Amino acid sequence: MRDLSLHIIDIVQNSVRADASLVNLTIEISGEVLIIRIGDNGCGMTAETLQKVTDPFYTTRTTRKVGLGLPFFKQSAEQSGGELIIESEVGVGTVVTATLGLHHLDRPPMGDLSETVSLVMSGNPQVDIVFTCKDDKNEFTLVTTEVKEILGDLDISMPKVTRFLREMIEENLIELKLKIE
Amino acid sequence: MTKVKSLDDLKKMREQLQSQVSLRVNSETPEKMVQVKVSMATCGIASGAKEIMNLFVNELDRRAIDAVITQTGCMGYCFAEPTIEVTIPGKEPVVFGYVNAQKANEIIEQYVVAGNLVDGIIPANYETVKDQKNK
Repeated sequence: MRDLSLHIIDIVQNSVRADASLVNLTIEISGEVLIIRIGDNGCGMTAETLQKVTDPFYTTRTTRKVGLGLPFFKQSAEQSGGELIIESEVGVGTVVTATLGLHHLDRPPMGDLSETVSLVMSGNPQVDIVFTCKDDKNEFTLVTTEVKEILGDLDISMPKVTRFLREMIEENLIELKLKIE
Repeated sequence: MTKVKSLDDLKKMREQLQSQVSLRVNSETPEKMVQVKVSMATCGIASGAKEIMNLFVNELDRRAIDAVITQTGCMGYCFAEPTIEVTIPGKEPVVFGYVNAQKANEIIEQYVVAGNLVDGIIPANYETVKDQKNK
């Protein structure tokens, strides 16, 4: 994966596939550490599955024999001096937390976070997504339930809405000095 | 100081958007709109699916085409990523493979706007591994 935002799309897609109705996506800068946390209320995993999920040759799919999303994310975290922690419980959900050295030389770039979050929100209208980006001073949160409430019978997946969300997230992250390179 | 967009601006945009959509399609049901699904599992993402989804968002908005663009998981055509499924109102869904920026523009110009089929279609009778196993 070229940048961290691509990992985010990938892991959120795992949540969608796990039939989650709610996904919490949190990006946090804590001192010298960048934390990316994606939590869902999907079907969760057994302890046995949980042990295997970072093995690139393990997948629950029947269409192919590799599952590379989580192993790639783990690699990106570990090469940045951090780690990937996965907590999961059947029937409760899964939380994937990656910690990365914020200024580590080998940390992949964040990529276009505004674009990523807007595409994830509009691309998965069946899921409620709570996006939070924060550091020790500022915090920005956007919740799709509020967006959908405002839109009423209009679809969150309409291109104009996606572009609006992208611009709104971008402007707020810049304003709050939360833009991560 | 430049004003930062907020949800209040979305409320304003909604009114404008609703009148435009109502005028053009006289219905808010997605079935009346062009539907684009972009396959966004690891295989698709690594092959550039995000850029393709973004291109569709920008281009369909620029052309004021009533559409909904969503993500979907792996469709089983990992070898042909990025793959997208396009449904034009009243027609069967069509899956396109190996969609790069040039192909995406061609699909919009030729298929979505003009209704002509273009190269790169993954035939509907093509079997994924899952289909074969279920036989």
